Amino acid sequence: MALLEPVVRLGRGGLGFFQRLGRAHLFALEVVRAMGATLVRPRLVIEQMYSVGVLTFVITVVAGLFVGMVLGLQGYYTLVDFGAEDSLGVLVALSLVRELGPVVAALLFAGRAGSALTAEIGLMKATEQLSALEMMAVDPFRRVIGPRFLAGFLSMPLLAALFSAVGIGGGYFVAVGLLGVDAGAFWSQMHSSVDFYDDIMNGVIKSLVFGAVVTWIALFEGYDCVPTSEGVSRATTRTVVHASLAVLGLDFVLTALMFGE
Amino acid sequence: MPAAQADRDTAVCIRGLTFARGNRIIFDRVNMDIPRGRITAIMGPSGTGKTTLLKLIGGQLRPEAGRIDVDGVDVHALDRRGLFDLRKRMGMLFQSGALLTDLTVFDNVAFPLREHTSLPEPLVRQLVLLRLESVGLRSARKLMPSELSGGMARRVALARALVLDPEMILYDEPFTGQDPISMGVLVQLIRQVNEALGITSIVVSHDVPETLSIADYGYVIADGEVVGRGTPQQLQQSQSPWIRQFVQALPDGPVPFHYPGPDFAEELFDEYR
Repeated sequence: MALLEPVVRLGRGGLGFFQRLGRAHLFALEVVRAMGATLVRPRLVIEQMYSVGVLTFVITVVAGLFVGMVLGLQGYYTLVDFGAEDSLGVLVALSLVRELGPVVAALLFAGRAGSALTAEIGLMKATEQLSALEMMAVDPFRRVIGPRFLAGFLSMPLLAALFSAVGIGGGYFVAVGLLGVDAGAFWSQMHSSVDFYDDIMNGVIKSLVFGAVVTWIALFEGYDCVPTSEGVSRATTRTVVHASLAVLGLDFVLTALMFGE
Repeated sequence: MPAAQADRDTAVCIRGLTFARGNRIIFDRVNMDIPRGRITAIMGPSGTGKTTLLKLIGGQLRPEAGRIDVDGVDVHALDRRGLFDLRKRMGMLFQSGALLTDLTVFDNVAFPLREHTSLPEPLVRQLVLLRLESVGLRSARKLMPSELSGGMARRVALARALVLDPEMILYDEPFTGQDPISMGVLVQLIRQVNEALGITSIVVSHDVPETLSIADYGYVIADGEVVGRGTPQQLQQSQSPWIRQFVQALPDGPVPFHYPGPDFAEELFDEYR
């Protein structure tokens, strides 16, 4: 029997994984079903956009600024060897708009807003608030989960756009302000090389996908957690880990689909 | 008694209720009748499934077997909409109060009205103030739940449970962790609510003296079964070892003091063998 123990554990783990995956998809189905009721009460969505979006504003701006500055610095040291430092604007803008904006903003969103969503829903479960809603004949998916999901889905592209815009500002400051790159060349090359549909819209699509996935994982982890302090804490950790890995994995898939030949 | 009369007098009828969590059987073919317009106490040691029973009555959990009829309707045969319609006629007071922590006391009590009615805001305000006045917390309406004591939170939750004028109210451990004053207030409120509004009340509790002081009828559940039933006087005079241990708060009896396990002496000297 001892020999079979690892096989039994593997089987049990596999079954547990697929059960959770199934529950997560049923949860997503319930969220989609609740969307109609969520859309007719925009006030609830706006309230949640404040807590998941506006409260993530500062960390996004600060991170975007530094990422843009580092890009400017690293890009300059590489390009200057080839006398191509005038192309720094293109490098900074494309890196941010195509990749770093959506991805890093989504990672920050998972850490800041995702963990907060999981903790909030988990605590609502632990303190019987979700049960109380059910007993008051109020569907938690329409009143609690739906508005939060929509808020996360809509906030993510705005945060990613903000991240990219501030990052380009940071890159400009380092390139033009500190390293003496020509300002006209910085902007004009960026303007001629960045395409609205191929680059910016693809970045927006990425951030919409990341917003949906991160918010889904965060809400599901909170809803499915063991309703104890330890359970909520573990669920919060799982949200950050799973959401971050999902963002990075999906980024590869989306990039391959969008920018492949 | 004719069947129709019995139906009218019984608000909740439980027959053959069986419910398990994993391998552990919580209820094994339990039968109960909850009389209409009365206070019925459901008592039993911790972990016997008293709260689970309320969740089964409210349709939040589904039994393995048996049926629960509320007002003659099988709760578990209802679809989601039917269940929500039933719950609008049912209030529940949770052990922790379960107030929505992002809303003020006023908004918590107004919540069911705003969700289920299209009453104008001035009328909502009047109804909420009436309910808060009846639980003595009208002047606390601007406080947040985090600023309330445990007893106050339960009184707000009671006001919220009553605001839609339910026909039945389920109390989950209303007296647990209360100081004597709060407990006295809650005991009085539950009695007053029942007398003034004629609401069917189910009180789940292990606080025997307080619960029996207001109950019209009581059930004692233990080990997955109903081990005793009757009026408070009948329960207090019962010779059943289960009920005697529970009502007289005896530390040992059918519910053992020691968690089941091997013999103590055997385990002490095990390593010398």
